[in-house]
Amino acid sequence: MRKTFTISVFTENSIGLLNRITSIFTRRHLNIESLNTSESELAGVYRFTIVVRTTEDQIKKLVLQIEKQVEVLRAVFHEDDDTVFQEIALYKVSTKSVADGNLVEKLIRDNHARILSMEQDFMIIEKTGHKEETQELLRFLKEYGIIEFVRSGRVSVMKPMNESIELRKRISNF
Amino acid sequence: MEALLTQVDKKIRTTGADAVLKSLIAEEVALVFGYPGGAIMPIYDALYNYQEEIRHVLTRHEQGAIHAAQGFARATGKVGAVMATSGPGATNLITGIADAMIDSTPLVCITGQVGSHLLGSDAFQETDIISISMPVTKWNDQVTKAEELPEALAKAFYIAQSGRPGPVLIDITKDAQFEEFDYQYKKCEGIRSYNPVPQLDHEQVKKAAELINGAQRPFVVFGQGIILSGAEEEFKTFIEKTGIPTASTLLGLSALPTDHPLNMGMLGMHGNYGPNKLTNECDLLIAIGMRFDDRVTGDLNTYAKQAKVIHFDIDPAEINKNVYAHVPVLGDCKEALTELIRNVRMNSHPVWHQRFKDYEKVENDLVIGEQITPTTLEMTMAEVMDSINRFTNGDALLVTDVGQHQMVACRYTRFNQSKSNITSGGLGTMGFCLPAAIGAKLGAPEREVIAVIGDGGFQMTIQELGTILQTQAQIKIVILNNSFLGMVRQWQQLFFDKRYSSTEMENPDFVTIAKGYGVAGKSINDREDLAHSIQEMLNHKGSYLLEVHVGKEDNVFPMVPSGASVSDIRLS
Ligand SMILES: Cc1ncc(C[n+]2csc(CCOP(=O)(O)OP(=O)(O)O)c2C)c(N)n1
Repeated sequence: MRKTFTISVFTENSIGLLNRITSIFTRRHLNIESLNTSESELAGVYRFTIVVRTTEDQIKKLVLQIEKQVEVLRAVFHEDDDTVFQEIALYKVSTKSVADGNLVEKLIRDNHARILSMEQDFMIIEKTGHKEETQELLRFLKEYGIIEFVRSGRVSVMKPMNESIELRKRISNF
Repeated sequence: MEALLTQVDKKIRTTGADAVLKSLIAEEVALVFGYPGGAIMPIYDALYNYQEEIRHVLTRHEQGAIHAAQGFARATGKVGAVMATSGPGATNLITGIADAMIDSTPLVCITGQVGSHLLGSDAFQETDIISISMPVTKWNDQVTKAEELPEALAKAFYIAQSGRPGPVLIDITKDAQFEEFDYQYKKCEGIRSYNPVPQLDHEQVKKAAELINGAQRPFVVFGQGIILSGAEEEFKTFIEKTGIPTASTLLGLSALPTDHPLNMGMLGMHGNYGPNKLTNECDLLIAIGMRFDDRVTGDLNTYAKQAKVIHFDIDPAEINKNVYAHVPVLGDCKEALTELIRNVRMNSHPVWHQRFKDYEKVENDLVIGEQITPTTLEMTMAEVMDSINRFTNGDALLVTDVGQHQMVACRYTRFNQSKSNITSGGLGTMGFCLPAAIGAKLGAPEREVIAVIGDGGFQMTIQELGTILQTQAQIKIVILNNSFLGMVRQWQQLFFDKRYSSTEMENPDFVTIAKGYGVAGKSINDREDLAHSIQEMLNHKGSYLLEVHVGKEDNVFPMVPSGASVSDIRLS
């Protein structure tokens, strides 16, 4: 059965590693749902957050292939229950179409969204949340005409404490 | 990338190109295979100063250079070094890099690159070799500043040969080769993000020993891991103590002498009858340094389902990749076997062993007998190999290409010592043999190197006869000529209604071609000429080419049809 998994990859920063990691997916004809790279709390260690839909059997193999790369310190995967994750979405809508009555207020309050920028003819709304939530707002705004929409990749931290400890151990052992 | 580096040279002012050669010398490289061109000229120029220390073998094609380096590495266990220019020089290496990756061969490839200010400008002979080689290298890196060179090369050598070996590529821009800097070499002894040899888990070894001690019908399947880890002696002690019958993958051949009483032969598609059949009857399958390639397992859904599986491997990604391991043992197999030997009981399995012998008799009666003493007018590949065995007594180093002759040569050749079988396994690269044989001979000059090649594959790298001419490497070349791309023709016959689409070959006069390159030779058609011609070839001082015309439409059996179960191995 296919499920959504979040892979967290901790790496040395190196040009080309992104290519090496994504080719592990493309080679197996797997679609990456989202990918984010950032610093981590550890000096010189980068962190990739990759979301993929696949089977448990395949994800185990995939993560081992990622960890096998020379510049990867550690790669782990989790199901959604074992991570805390967020995505951010930006919506550009016509000011005129939403500025009537209580609509804007309702929209902001009900969705825990906020207005980032307001111009004469458009405004930018921001919402963070899980995909279903940002999707819901998208559906809602579509009725009023949406000019631009973009959603970020997932960022995620792992709940199990032992994973973070294991990673630190590997680094401090060196 | 954080790395542990140990100083071996003192600081001196020099150029990047000179530093490359100094680094190679620091890594004890005495032989490099390569081909020059614009973007690597500074390095070739520096090479001119080091002719005493480093021998450069000019091949006739970069593919020849890399296969030669592979042959060198497999014959010696050392890292093979390769140089090529940017663009086409670098892309010509790719087949060999992919081959070395899948067959775990340690290589360091050095490619020249256009000047760093030209990167990304579609400059003359610019290709993005870093991206192109990424999926087929264990690691690669581009160097654009001379000061980065020593560390990049130190890491390259460390990564190529540690853990599960593999090919590494270092791409050096031309300006970095010219640039002057303060050179100092420090050997690499560790990289933070890289754990080449997993720590042996003693509990897992104990669990494995328990299963082995309790098994009724244990079967050992071994691969190149034994050779790569130098565990041949430990392996022999282990099987002798436990009395377990064993069989080898294609790349594991020669890790255990062919004549060893517990060596039951080869696994896989064209392997021996007993080892394939009995894989599905053993109660314990002990895999050591092998990766359950599909050519070994056939249909996974019907592969050893009745057995418990123990898997010894150095690469965590191989565990449970194709076959579930009830007891995985991660680590270097020399260390693991040493510990395992202490934990297993002395044992023997005469009844079970006899089962292999019974199948061996069936295979002898129905296949091997007719193959080595044929009743046909035409010669068979097997009788040629059998005749070679009689003269070499199993002491030669066999290099093969890809196809029917490869399967036959590997099946029928006797091996007395390790590192005696060099072939392209995982990638199945036609054209591998001739250059690999040259590299093997230059690496192990004391050995008799016999290159067995098909008429098709020979013509894929035939230009390397020029490398033989120039190096005077002494190789015995046996062309098993069936005037067909034999292995493909066999599949067409068996699975495509004999529709021989583009597999028949109109061949040149190979002996005359060889003569043009100063290689003596002879072509034979008749059985009565076989033995004395082989003797003549082996006695000849210098390289020799013997072309043997064999049956055009002979097939290799036994055979596990693609995707079938190992139990369904066919004898005809
Ligand atoms: C580079 C490459 N191209 C194509 C193939 C597919 N292939 C596998 S075996 C074979 C036939 C080899 O013919 P030959 O070299 O004459 O050897 P034979 O099988 O007749 O012994 C071919 C074409 C391959 N393995 N490698």
